[in-house]
Amino acid sequence: MVTQVTSFSRNGVGDWYLQRMSSIIIAIYTVLLVGIIVMTPEWSFERWAGLFDSTLMKIATLLVILATCVHAWIGMWTIGTDYLRARTMGPIGDTLRSIYQLVCVLAILSYLIWGIQILWGN
Amino acid sequence: MPDEKRLTGRSVLKNSNRPINVGIGDLLQFSWPITALASITHRVAGVALFVAFGFALYVLELSLSSASGFEEVQTLLTSGIAKSILWVSLAALIYHFVAGIKHLLLDGSDAESLAVGRTAAIVTLLVSLALIALMTLWVI
Repeated sequence: MVTQVTSFSRNGVGDWYLQRMSSIIIAIYTVLLVGIIVMTPEWSFERWAGLFDSTLMKIATLLVILATCVHAWIGMWTIGTDYLRARTMGPIGDTLRSIYQLVCVLAILSYLIWGIQILWGN
Repeated sequence: MPDEKRLTGRSVLKNSNRPINVGIGDLLQFSWPITALASITHRVAGVALFVAFGFALYVLELSLSSASGFEEVQTLLTSGIAKSILWVSLAALIYHFVAGIKHLLLDGSDAESLAVGRTAAIVTLLVSLALIALMTLWVI
């Protein structure tokens, strides 16, 4: 049996479910943040920094960054395993997919570490 | 597992008539029903958002760094290049969001007919176009 060793949960249904749960978390946060940005008549640094200074906002933002990392990996993995493969482009496809997946993982982990530093670094 | 080998390499498929190794030129000759357009746009928008997430973190970091960093972001967002990046990112976000809602709604219903799929794709395109138009007014 061929197992998909690089899929997020090693299980198609698990990935399917996580893709949807993470999308709901990201969607709710996005709507609320856009609402706050648009509804506030005038932004100043104090108001903006104050918003991200609250523990609630820090936790919510980190949860959304985590959800985005999971969501992005499942999405990018799906695209990579659809197009970059031996069946579509010959043996080079498997090599390209490995490189592509490594780049994606490094980018996602960098986003996560960067996000934590932005929220708690100062 | 009799057919497994067939799926793992190109060489085992060389005597098959299955179309593989599709070139970019061939894509234009494909039939592109509205459902396919809605689907590939969802993917393309997702990849764009993967890159845009980096821009978003950069802007967030700069805006939270200090009062002068916040002003820098405000100045930055008046430039044409920054506005273009912002517009593309928000357009991708809007489309990916609306198409994602479509997926959640269809997953949650028992509708599986082609007619429903086509209608959902058309509604997705129209709603995102309307929201992108609104967003354009806000960005400019």
